[in-house]
Amino acid sequence: MLKQSIKKLSFCLLFLLTSPQVYADYSWNFPEPVTPMALDTLHVHNKFMIIVALIFIVVLAIMIYSLIKHRKSVGYKPVTDKAPSTAIEIFWTLIPFAILLVIDFVIMGIPAYHSVVMMEDTRNESDMVIKVTGSQWRWQYEYLGNTEKGEKAGLEEAKGIKFLSNLSTPQEQMDGTITPVNDPQKPYLLDVDNRLVLPVGAKVRILMTSSDVLHNWWVPQFGSSRLAVPGFIRETWVQIDKAGTYRGQCKELCGKGHGYMPVVVDALPKEEYKTWVAAKQAEIAAATAGSDKEWSKEDLMAQGKTVYEKNCAVCHQASGAGLPPAFPALTGSKVATSPIFGADGKYLPDSHMDRVLNGIRVMPAWKGTLNDTEIAAVITYERNALGNSVGDIIQPSQVKAARQ
Amino acid sequence: MSTTTVAHHDEHADHPTGIMRWLTTTNHKDIGTMYLTFALIMFLVGGAMILGIRAELFQPGLQLMKPDFFNQLIGVHALVMIFAALMPAATGFANWMIPLQIGAPDMALPRLNNWGFWLLPPSAILLTLPFTLALFGIGDGALATGWTFYPPLSVQGGIGVDFAIFAVHLLGISSVLGSINIIVTLFNMRAPGMTLMKMPMFAWGWLITAFLLIATIPVLAGAVTMLLTDRHFGTHFFDAAGGGDPILFQHLFWFFGHPEVYILLLPVWGFIPQILQTFSRKPMYGYKAQVYAFWGIGALSVVVWAHHFFTAGLPVPALLYFMYSTMAISLPLAVLFFCWIKTMWKGSMSFETPMLFTVGWIILFGIGGLTGLVLADVAADAQYHNSYFVVAHFHYTLFAGGIMGIMAGVYYWLPKMTGHMYNEKLGKLHFWLTAISFNLTFIPQFFLGLAGMPRRIPDYALQFAEFNMISSIAAFVLGLSQLLFVYNVISTIRGGQKATDKVWEGAEGLEWTLPSPPPYHSFTEQPVVK
Repeated sequence: MLKQSIKKLSFCLLFLLTSPQVYADYSWNFPEPVTPMALDTLHVHNKFMIIVALIFIVVLAIMIYSLIKHRKSVGYKPVTDKAPSTAIEIFWTLIPFAILLVIDFVIMGIPAYHSVVMMEDTRNESDMVIKVTGSQWRWQYEYLGNTEKGEKAGLEEAKGIKFLSNLSTPQEQMDGTITPVNDPQKPYLLDVDNRLVLPVGAKVRILMTSSDVLHNWWVPQFGSSRLAVPGFIRETWVQIDKAGTYRGQCKELCGKGHGYMPVVVDALPKEEYKTWVAAKQAEIAAATAGSDKEWSKEDLMAQGKTVYEKNCAVCHQASGAGLPPAFPALTGSKVATSPIFGADGKYLPDSHMDRVLNGIRVMPAWKGTLNDTEIAAVITYERNALGNSVGDIIQPSQVKAARQ
Repeated sequence: MSTTTVAHHDEHADHPTGIMRWLTTTNHKDIGTMYLTFALIMFLVGGAMILGIRAELFQPGLQLMKPDFFNQLIGVHALVMIFAALMPAATGFANWMIPLQIGAPDMALPRLNNWGFWLLPPSAILLTLPFTLALFGIGDGALATGWTFYPPLSVQGGIGVDFAIFAVHLLGISSVLGSINIIVTLFNMRAPGMTLMKMPMFAWGWLITAFLLIATIPVLAGAVTMLLTDRHFGTHFFDAAGGGDPILFQHLFWFFGHPEVYILLLPVWGFIPQILQTFSRKPMYGYKAQVYAFWGIGALSVVVWAHHFFTAGLPVPALLYFMYSTMAISLPLAVLFFCWIKTMWKGSMSFETPMLFTVGWIILFGIGGLTGLVLADVAADAQYHNSYFVVAHFHYTLFAGGIMGIMAGVYYWLPKMTGHMYNEKLGKLHFWLTAISFNLTFIPQFFLGLAGMPRRIPDYALQFAEFNMISSIAAFVLGLSQLLFVYNVISTIRGGQKATDKVWEGAEGLEWTLPSPPPYHSFTEQPVVK
């Protein structure tokens, strides 16, 4: 790795001495753009970089000339500036002022104006709308449906699809137990369990919000980045022109899991997208149907473990020990061991059900993100594992009733 | 410092000795010395924090610390470097040099001056105490939100946030007191004949800085107080559920935060031309143009704040306004760069350590300025924002433009302050090590940012590994080279070759007419400026 570093380092120096234009190797520049906005951003960036590099080189050259020629050690005598008259001084100092005026507001300013207008034009000509919700520390994607234009274009209607997207890198790689594995299919820290899937070529309007703190949804190859603000809707758009998998990260500090909430987007051609939508809808239908049947304790515990490790373990830890004082332990906790239902069959305030459905302070409300089966399973798991053994089980139908 | 030896026919030079001298002093040189010493200590503290960060980022995976502790280090590093290292260093120079440069016997408000300094150590303790408390199981450590305090994360945070809020209050009071003192001194105590437009450049830089501080620090104090009441007293300034808005905080914070950049830089822009004219043996070019540029930058700095959060979803007209107004800052800056280079042009230059630092400063600060110009572009900013590109950019402005400038000033004035010459060879070695390792630390970060590495993450994807490794190694070289500086400064204070009154061949200005070191009370007779 060190050898490689030295190699990169020498490239780095060479690069500085030559030009900031290396199209072939994108690791020196923005990654390959796949949306009109990213392409525009790359052009703007390259152009501006050339301009500032030119300014830098010219000024540096003048300075270096002076540093070499006008030094005492070579016997150069200082000129006695005959106290330049204010008029000459004003003239000379206005030259750099004027040059920058043209560069800022004409050469850079005009293309910048068009880029801004294009970037903020989220609605016109859009084909479909999705909602992205950031929360500590995962993304939730919800398909809000096609627009009239998307309808006409024959885009598959994905309305109602909604899922969470969690980091899937194994814990032991992250905590230093073993070295991170270099797997291009599942890159370290940049892979998730459920990817956002979007159709190639469609203009997707993205509504952005958050359920807790600020997050920022960013995929470098899309050139779009927008803050997710709790209680507000912000928007941006993407139109992916090339099928593939694109990866990015949250880029607004959002707590201890900030480095662990990647964005992964699969861009599929229209036909494959159609298949994906159908499969996803069938999956949701099956999950809804599952909430009506009676589940066995083993099945609930098995699913509960999966749900817990994906969603809860980041704060309460896989062992249930938590990270006090911010994140309490579940092992032996009052909430996870005291009765859930009162005499009237309704769940009690501050009971385990109440906490998971509605959240409190830092604890998010899960009623909007997990389905009945998942909530029943995770509650059952938390009461009968992690060092707890309350013995009761919660059925999905009870969660369904509790939601009423 | 050896000021006690110069008590010739000056009975006022009697002062308490030992710790009482420093606790009760109202002497501008003593207070200046305390400010500078405090800044140096905190510079090392902040530096140690960031070396912890760079060690963790040396390779992928978490080896040394938990993400929570990582987040605490980054935020406190920034607060310490900005509020406890750079600002006190500039104030230390102001205390030492402004009275000497304008021919005044002392600062106008000496007791206020003493209080201004003694607010600093408690606030430094407030900033760092939560780390220690956490070791004893009290609270969960220091502020973990980054230095920007953005809610709702800061509302969620532990007692570290409250400690940091009170530290910022104290630091703010200290800055405002210092600013009032400087403005009063500059307006009332200049030597006869020294009109405002004959004031030394450093005094001009500080005058604008002082006005900016008085205009913006109260806004920051207000914003963090609102945060405090949101945290503890049930208000909803920044909580949408109660009709507030998290983005409001960002507006308030950066209304202070952007001028803050110029608060850190203007004092440096003040003494850089003085160093240039000294070592070019030629008067500075375009004094008036530089003064007007200072005013222009000062005025622009308070109307461009929203470029720090272009991706927050501002309306198009606001985006355009903040983009163009930000770009406009480059116009007066271009004038300054032109004047600096024109001062060197056809001079008779020699390259002692202060001049080396100054020349290096112009080049590196130039990179910081030019990348800032690119960052002003809203569309490209969607990519740069909160990436390592920004980290590299602001270290070019604040480490190169701030700290390296301060170091130029230290080497320039240290012989005047102590009466001894520093070790020139060691100074030059310090410069080259600093300049080279600084670039090797931060150039890779530009590329990391372009490739898509977000800032403030404790661990990163594997494609970022090599650049991070280079950056970490260079950061350690950079950090350790500063020990040379500390050694050089301490040994200069303790002894060394005697410095002449003028110290430098080409030095101009009232401070060089006094003995080195200057007497405890300088200018018992007022000098007259023609």
